[in-house]
Amino acid sequence: MDTTGTFWMPPGSSTVAGDVDALFYFIFWASVFFFLVVVGVSAYFIIKYRRRAEDEEAKSHIDYNLKLEIVWTVIPIILVVIVFIWGFQTYMKMQIVPRDAIEVKVTGRQWMWLFDYPNGSTSVNELVVPVDRPIKLLMSSEDVIHSFYVPQFRIKQDVLPNRYTVSWFEANRTGNFDLYCAEFCGKGHSEMLGTVRVVSQERYTAFLETGGLGDQEGMSLMEIGKRLYRERACNTCHSVDGSPNVGPTFQDAYGHEVTLSDGSTVMVDANYIRESILNPKAKVVQGYEPVMPTFQGLLSERQVDGLVAYIQSLSEVEDMEGDTTETQVAEQDTAQTQEDTE
Amino acid sequence: MSTGTYTAEHPEDSVNYLNVSSGLKSWLFTLDHKRIGVLYLFSIMAMFLFGGILAMLMRFELLGPGAELMTADTYNRMFTLHGAIMIFMFIIPSVPAILGNFALPIQIGAKDVAFPRLNLASWYVYVTGSGLALYAIIAGSVDTGWTFYTPYSTQVTGSVIAMVFAVFILGFSSIFTGINFIATIHKLRAPGMTWYKMPLFVWGIYATGVIQVLATPVLGITLILLILERAFGIGIFDPSMGGDPVLFQHFFWFYSHPAVYIMILPGMGIISELISTFSHRKIFGYKAIAYSSIAIAFLSFGVWGHHMFVSGQSQYATLVFSFLTFLVAIPSGIKVFNWVSTMYKGAITFETPMLFTLTFLFTFTIGGLTGIFLGSTAVDVHLTDTYFIVAHFHYVMMGGTIMAFFGGLYYWWPKIWGRMYSEIWGKISALLVFVGFNLTFFPMFVMGAQGMPRRYFLYPEKYQIEHVLSTGGSWILAAGLLIMALNLIHAMKWGPKAEKNPWGALTLEWMIDSPPPPHNFKETPEIEHGPYDHDKVLVKPGKVGATT
Repeated sequence: MDTTGTFWMPPGSSTVAGDVDALFYFIFWASVFFFLVVVGVSAYFIIKYRRRAEDEEAKSHIDYNLKLEIVWTVIPIILVVIVFIWGFQTYMKMQIVPRDAIEVKVTGRQWMWLFDYPNGSTSVNELVVPVDRPIKLLMSSEDVIHSFYVPQFRIKQDVLPNRYTVSWFEANRTGNFDLYCAEFCGKGHSEMLGTVRVVSQERYTAFLETGGLGDQEGMSLMEIGKRLYRERACNTCHSVDGSPNVGPTFQDAYGHEVTLSDGSTVMVDANYIRESILNPKAKVVQGYEPVMPTFQGLLSERQVDGLVAYIQSLSEVEDMEGDTTETQVAEQDTAQTQEDTE
Repeated sequence: MSTGTYTAEHPEDSVNYLNVSSGLKSWLFTLDHKRIGVLYLFSIMAMFLFGGILAMLMRFELLGPGAELMTADTYNRMFTLHGAIMIFMFIIPSVPAILGNFALPIQIGAKDVAFPRLNLASWYVYVTGSGLALYAIIAGSVDTGWTFYTPYSTQVTGSVIAMVFAVFILGFSSIFTGINFIATIHKLRAPGMTWYKMPLFVWGIYATGVIQVLATPVLGITLILLILERAFGIGIFDPSMGGDPVLFQHFFWFYSHPAVYIMILPGMGIISELISTFSHRKIFGYKAIAYSSIAIAFLSFGVWGHHMFVSGQSQYATLVFSFLTFLVAIPSGIKVFNWVSTMYKGAITFETPMLFTLTFLFTFTIGGLTGIFLGSTAVDVHLTDTYFIVAHFHYVMMGGTIMAFFGGLYYWWPKIWGRMYSEIWGKISALLVFVGFNLTFFPMFVMGAQGMPRRYFLYPEKYQIEHVLSTGGSWILAAGLLIMALNLIHAMKWGPKAEKNPWGALTLEWMIDSPPPPHNFKETPEIEHGPYDHDKVLVKPGKVGATT
């Protein structure tokens, strides 16, 4: 199987990639041919018919040849008609979704990808699908236009705010494939990246069973938070090394006062972090725009606790007033959540 | 206004359009098409410099995959401004407003354009529009991309309204120029200057004028709708107000695709002039080239949907747009083949304008052929919105129009200023531009096909090699352009005096003095030969043409 790609194309990893690449290379070699004709003939004329003496004159002033005009009109027409028909046939194959496709709802949001699976599981920025099964993507956007682009699958489809668009693919090998947003959508556009993780049917089933969040058994709250920081795409906008981004950094955030956009100050504690995750536009830090989407419904109580614990761990503040109480609260929450799930 | 008073007072040859009157007022109120061309020259080149500096900064930022030089916001503003400046303030007006204004009336034996006051007004409108655009840049910020796609452009903060209004105003400048040239070509041709005796440059500008007049109003309406939506919350494109964002794309490309031909057709006209002149031979396929310009202008109105193959438009629309897109490739191909054939059994010389002509043949052919990839629906799905697109339109716009424009600048420079540029430095600049251009933009084809999306501030490390090559190329390109600028500026004042006809060309502007007299012709010219009749008329470089 094609896993290295070619000079021009990345490895093809979907059922349509081979068709697209075949057409690409047909056009490529036809173009190379015409390019060499134009440049080659020009080069030949330039060398052969360069003026050698000051007053040398052109040897011919022929300015018309009907046969030639017909030849270089008709041959390109034939070629482009071939390319047109071939291209459209392949395009229709890329457009018509197989009946037995698994439907995943894709939501574009500045700047993350949300995925909803048939059984109610969700994931952010990571689309997990089984290999060798057609996947239908029913897509819409919550804000501006985005575009769902997986180069290795050769698919791209704009994701619109006012209607559904559809795309589909069938990955023919397992692995992780880059997902890009290909329609400019603002500040975080180039960080609106994701991964399509193509796994075996068994692992896909296992993924769905855990609600799309993997096995959290035996993980501490901090570890869960650290994992969610990546999986729920906090890292798109918040750094953990102090560098500024779309949103404030998490490093040394906890336990410090920050100034809000209305000029007031607030202590970054567990409750502020919780509020900022679930209702992010309520208290925006000065200097940042109110662009963070809400994670209400995307995180369980335990997961919010995890993120609080993780952000806390990135701060060097040890003895903060009320620190212990909050930890206790978090632990209580945890206990409750576990009870709930039991 | 002092331009009307010279003829009787200065009967001698030494009077030309540059020295006939002096002072700022004589320029700001001039009605002379040549002086208006010079006014355009300086204002448009200033915008080119600005847009170019933005491009250099962006390329520098892209040396590394991270944030190297600026923030994401700054980068997004830069590519927006680079695109808007280069398209609306540089390429669209460049050839028609500078070289067209200067050469076209002379080429058809006219004393001026049909509406000299409208011509001057178009320059003021251009300056106003550009000024407002600069204000939008300084006062606020626009980071929507030059395409102003909704709903992003209606939701984002920043001075979008000012910028959009600036583009709206610039549209009028373009319309004025188009109307003026169409009327001039219809009404002011000298006796004997039949349609088929017109230089192909005139045909190119004519076809351009038709598109300018028919398509630009649609852009104007679209931009006004956008302003209404932003300012008054009238829902037209924004879905949160019940509008349709894809409708904006249809409206926008209904103008902006024909605009591509507004940009390329005048460049093709220049190439037709240059390739015949420097092959010292009759042009091959005059009528084929002339008609293909008209065919391109006609077809250009039916292909806008090829920008929207993945936008969610209907597959049937996509089918039709794909087919029409392929058709538009045919007349472009016909032109290229005829240009190449013009060199057959010629006596080819390689002055700087010819080097840019050959560069054009090389780069425009790549630009045109890569359009075939994008016209093909299945392949376009993968390539659209990647660097492949960026490379493609730079090969067409810069490799096509701007290379022709540079060739034209060098070609008409002796006529504009009456002085020659340095041929050696001209050749060095052409060589550096050729190498730099290809090194800058060819790697973009590769990384685009590999999946690198456009308008990315940060990018995955696997694309870094191509980005580094591209940035390196941009430095060579900038060096070439700098040398060219110095060469041309130096020639304006300090170059050796130019002959009437340094190239041995046969179009009318080479039959009159360099620089031309204020009213171009002392008496109405008689047209005795076609623009490319090198077989009938023997013109030695530097000698006076047969008609005078």
